[in-house]
Amino acid sequence: MAKTIIPIGPYHPLQEEPEFFQLVVEGEKIVDAIANIGYNHRGIEKLSELKTFDQVAFVVERICGICSTSHPLAYVRAVEDILGNDCVVPERANYIRTIIAELERIHSHLLWIGLAGHFLGYNTVYMWAWKERETVLDIFEELSGNRNNYAMMRVGGVRRDFEEKSLAGVITRLNKLIDFVQMIKKAVLDDPVLHARLKGVGVLTKQDCIDYCALGPTARASGIANDVRKDDPYAAYDKVKWNVITQIEGDVFAKAVVRILETLESINIVIECMQKMPKGPIYDNVKDIPCGEGIGHIEAPRGECFHYVRSDGTNRPVRHKVRAPTYMNLPTYKEALIGETISDATIILAAIDPCYCCTERVTVIDANNKKNKTVYSQQDLIKLSQRKTEQIRAKLGAR
Amino acid sequence: MNREELLKSIKIKFKQSIKDFLDKSETRVYFEIDPKDIKELTEYLFMDIGARFNIASGIDTRFNIEIIYHFTIERLNLIISIRVKLDRDKPKVDSITPLIKGAEWIEREIHELIGVDFTGHPNLKRLLLSDDWPEGVYPLRADYKEWDKGAIRDRGV
Amino acid sequence: MSIKLKALLKSPWVFHLSTGSCNNCDIEILDCLTPRFDIERFGMVLVGSIRHADVLVCTGSVNRKCIPRIKEIYEQAPKPVIVVAIGECSLSRGMFINSYNCPVPLDKIIPVDVYIPGCPPKPEAIIAGIAKAIEKIKANANKK
Repeated sequence: MAKTIIPIGPYHPLQEEPEFFQLVVEGEKIVDAIANIGYNHRGIEKLSELKTFDQVAFVVERICGICSTSHPLAYVRAVEDILGNDCVVPERANYIRTIIAELERIHSHLLWIGLAGHFLGYNTVYMWAWKERETVLDIFEELSGNRNNYAMMRVGGVRRDFEEKSLAGVITRLNKLIDFVQMIKKAVLDDPVLHARLKGVGVLTKQDCIDYCALGPTARASGIANDVRKDDPYAAYDKVKWNVITQIEGDVFAKAVVRILETLESINIVIECMQKMPKGPIYDNVKDIPCGEGIGHIEAPRGECFHYVRSDGTNRPVRHKVRAPTYMNLPTYKEALIGETISDATIILAAIDPCYCCTERVTVIDANNKKNKTVYSQQDLIKLSQRKTEQIRAKLGAR
Repeated sequence: MNREELLKSIKIKFKQSIKDFLDKSETRVYFEIDPKDIKELTEYLFMDIGARFNIASGIDTRFNIEIIYHFTIERLNLIISIRVKLDRDKPKVDSITPLIKGAEWIEREIHELIGVDFTGHPNLKRLLLSDDWPEGVYPLRADYKEWDKGAIRDRGV
Repeated sequence: MSIKLKALLKSPWVFHLSTGSCNNCDIEILDCLTPRFDIERFGMVLVGSIRHADVLVCTGSVNRKCIPRIKEIYEQAPKPVIVVAIGECSLSRGMFINSYNCPVPLDKIIPVDVYIPGCPPKPEAIIAGIAKAIEKIKANANKK
């Protein structure tokens, strides 16, 4: 059968990076996939060499809008690693870091649930999840002063303290959020249509995850219980009770289950931290950063976020290496996509949470005579995915 | 195998090639090894020990080009960083992509941003930079200078 | 006012273009669609193709790889088109001004009509900005 190449992208408004995928298809079946990235490369590693240690925390915040506290946290932990025993982060600061990082995980996972619902034709889930996500953003605005880009992290502690009077209200709102997530959990786990649509789709085996060094929920859905929060406890994660969520199937359904259950765990961590939080100073004054190198790694919503910083004794880093989790997770698309159909491509690519959806048209290039003709647009691709859900729904007699 | 046994086994197995060793803290160790042995050491860590490849960071130190390969062993809570120092004029090192599929992108990135040649890499193409970026200009080198005459670097006020 | 412009201002369809942004502005634009803000009550809809759009919403500090694509998308847009730059990055590139991969600001590539500052601007600000643009174009057209 003739091979056809379908380019997707490069513009993705919904998620992190604009990526450009080329799917090689035979009829409906995907036989190969090529990713082409770099539409979002802003040279942050070079920029950070021009800034002082304090300023870099703000630069890395703008790497990604969704993980806008994971990168600063990993960075300050890398600098604290250079300082070694000279810097002791106060207890209260550790709790504040945990709360902010976990709230971020909640809003990121809710965002993913919404988008996955949209791709599958469950627009109600999209609107619901995003509506409830606003609750988390409101909490952020109350605690840190901004809906996104919280600027809470600094070397040696945190920049701002929480107001004692707002904590009680936050806990009430989070308790309401638990009810909502429980409802979503029931809606997903008990829906026969979703079972038929997602189970066995885009399977990533445990060996694939090890080969590609996959991280976070992507790896945990395939049975690898890696979580930096448990393996190398930072902030206050060793002082609260929580579980690492794992599934063994490795398909899209397992990834959805991991994310939903993790959201519940995160809400519980935040509530427990707010109740346990001690009083005291919120930062340790750091004067000079000595010569040396440090590594900071933390668990971002999508996996391990890794920063390497080298200092030569001046007030600027000589080298700052940033590794975001998607960098390792994205190459796994090759294993997950091959052998599936085009209508599943949307949800498989979205399952890694790499941020996929294209606004630009999708063209089909006939590999033989290289003629471009616009056949699929982004909406067509989502429609294709939604139609498949409809078909399964009709077959099962639901609705 | 606990932390001490592991470090000892690496030291014995790669006795000739280890140039430097730094036990920075409980969770961080740094090795400096001969570039020609990086593939064997990677194979030992990744296949036999079961370490996870984190990332590699390339650094231009003005004297030579360093590549640091970071590996994590979760069960020991240990990050092992393997440092290799390459000649600055013609940086060249064996690719570890044939061993670890997850290393493909980072080697392509180091190749285009710092200009290291990875021998044995299956697909050493550009990853991030645009097609009109000139050959031989590496933005993360210490002596990088603005090449684009059309670039505007003031805010216009 | 021409019938074309009148129709455009009654219900502007928005195409969203990310030129290498950090995603914050993009998420805030999507937030505008969701029940809390619900821009559909102003007749605004996010569309998937530039050929259906009346408003081109740009975010992000312009990336070298994106420049030819931005020009192409602008050319494909049916005229008249209102270009809205959202966020500090697309206004002046903000902290990315010295980055080797962000050579020129957005308004040196395509003409920009509305600037909405903020990092990121709140959804209220985005809605207000686009509403103000519509008011202004209406007033200009009526003067003529």
